[in-house]
Amino acid sequence: MRSFCFALSGSTVTIYLPIAELSVNIFIILGMGAAVGFLSGMFGVGGGFLITPLLIFYNIPPVVAVATGANQVVASSVSGAITHFRRGTLDMKLGTVLLVGGLVGATVGVWIFSWLRRVGQLDLFISLLYVVLLTTIGVLMLQESLRAMRKAKLNQPLPLKRPGQHNWVHRLPLKMRFKKSKIYLSAIPVVTLGFLIGILTSIMGVGGGFIMVPAMIYLLRIPTNVVVGTSLFQIIFVTAYTTMVQAATNYSVDIVLAFILMVAGVIGAQYGVRVGQKLRGEQLRALLALLVLAVGIRLAVGLFIRPQDLYSVAVGGIGY
Amino acid sequence: MFSRLALFLSLLLIPATHGFAQIPMGEASSVKEGLDIGVSTNEIAITSDFRGADLTVFGAMTNADDLLLAIGNYDIIVTLEGPRDYATVRKKERIFGIWINTDSMIFEQVPESYSIASTRQLDDPTQLPPINTAGVGIEHLSLNPIGYIRDVGELSDFREAYRRLKLAGGLYQKEASGVRFVSSSLFRASLRLPANVPDGVHIVRAYLFKSGTLLTQREIPLRVVKTGLEQAITDTAHNQPFAYGLLCVLIALVTGWGASIVFRKD
Repeated sequence: MRSFCFALSGSTVTIYLPIAELSVNIFIILGMGAAVGFLSGMFGVGGGFLITPLLIFYNIPPVVAVATGANQVVASSVSGAITHFRRGTLDMKLGTVLLVGGLVGATVGVWIFSWLRRVGQLDLFISLLYVVLLTTIGVLMLQESLRAMRKAKLNQPLPLKRPGQHNWVHRLPLKMRFKKSKIYLSAIPVVTLGFLIGILTSIMGVGGGFIMVPAMIYLLRIPTNVVVGTSLFQIIFVTAYTTMVQAATNYSVDIVLAFILMVAGVIGAQYGVRVGQKLRGEQLRALLALLVLAVGIRLAVGLFIRPQDLYSVAVGGIGY
Repeated sequence: MFSRLALFLSLLLIPATHGFAQIPMGEASSVKEGLDIGVSTNEIAITSDFRGADLTVFGAMTNADDLLLAIGNYDIIVTLEGPRDYATVRKKERIFGIWINTDSMIFEQVPESYSIASTRQLDDPTQLPPINTAGVGIEHLSLNPIGYIRDVGELSDFREAYRRLKLAGGLYQKEASGVRFVSSSLFRASLRLPANVPDGVHIVRAYLFKSGTLLTQREIPLRVVKTGLEQAITDTAHNQPFAYGLLCVLIALVTGWGASIVFRKD
């Protein structure tokens, strides 16, 4: 990491990103990593869904932003997963079943990614996916947290989530027993969920925790205490795998960019956790919902306003 | 710095020795004008704090006609052409309110970067004599589309967009006063390499025009290379992508694991 020192000791603060092939202000990247790390620590999310759009806003090519985002998520989920493993709130068996679907999904996702890149629709598709997911989840979370805040004000007890309640998911065949989670559940919805999240990981550069956690709680009725740890466990492997596949097929993982983001991110997360413990759960969720909505709306605006130039140039032409 | 001075001095001597050699032969007027160039460096290194670079090209005219020189009838154009590759230009259109890439055109083997410096404004009809710049300059780069072209009328739009975007992005540059005569026959050209200059072999070309007509040209290769860590990273990413991916993952694992140890709450 000698070169970082060179950049810092000189009169300049720019750093050249070898894969993105451009010079960036190191402090902006550090700030981005720290800010997203802080938020991820505060809200207990991976932060990939914020890092990737931020990098794109900062003119990092989306191809690089997505692949590098996945790499950064590996680091932030490892420290989270270790904490949950120590506390015993991680279901290895459930995580492994999720992972099977996740790896297949990530492979399919990289194919889709490469194909979209070839036909020139990758940037649009990434933005569209982000807009749809972020606004949907932002609205749902905001509704839920506002409802909880109103109830808390009226001193009404919050309705407990009933993990034991059954729905159509529990009538599916291929049932497995997950001891740690204390549930008896079909492998089909678990693998399917992992598969869908895997696709999102490789196309959007996210861990997918912000979708997986609600799906596990509300759809699969998995006890809340093991959900976060287990999803982090599977996110480590799926994002690691995605990093490898992106590196091998699109050569788009920027190790320098990823390293700066990771270091700033894990430090920022520690402070975020402390602040997060002081805030109340529903307030925290309302804040996160607003943040998610803001990023989604910013991306949506980019899709609808007329671009400054209708044309764009890309190096390469055939089979790149 | 010293080598630059030495080159400069050696160039100073060139016209003098040529002049000396011509007099006994007595045919100075029929000898064709020549051009010699030298570059301040033949390799530009992209380091971790690379923010672009300046390239100085020195040159000397030989056998220049003093009268034509005095009235400014000689013109020099110096270009720096980047490595060539295909370029895809895409056009967005509004579909259901969203701006989507709908049309595209691929141009074959165009320079990724191109800087041009000249003694005076190019393509300016008010200046006489006009320079016949066929093949020289951004406006004259050949942009040949490949594949099937649906609408020939669109071709010029795409070409125009390509040049405009490249100029706006700083990869294509033109400096009307980039070439200066430091003596009657000696000139110096300054070219700017942007921070996002592509690595590879670039070509420095100098063109000598007499009364607007191309007389002769010279070219020197210039290598732009990534150095040290940047080079190692790019090489590994492309030649051993599997090992590179593994390294990226390992670094992430160690960073995350390290953080959980350093910040462990006991």
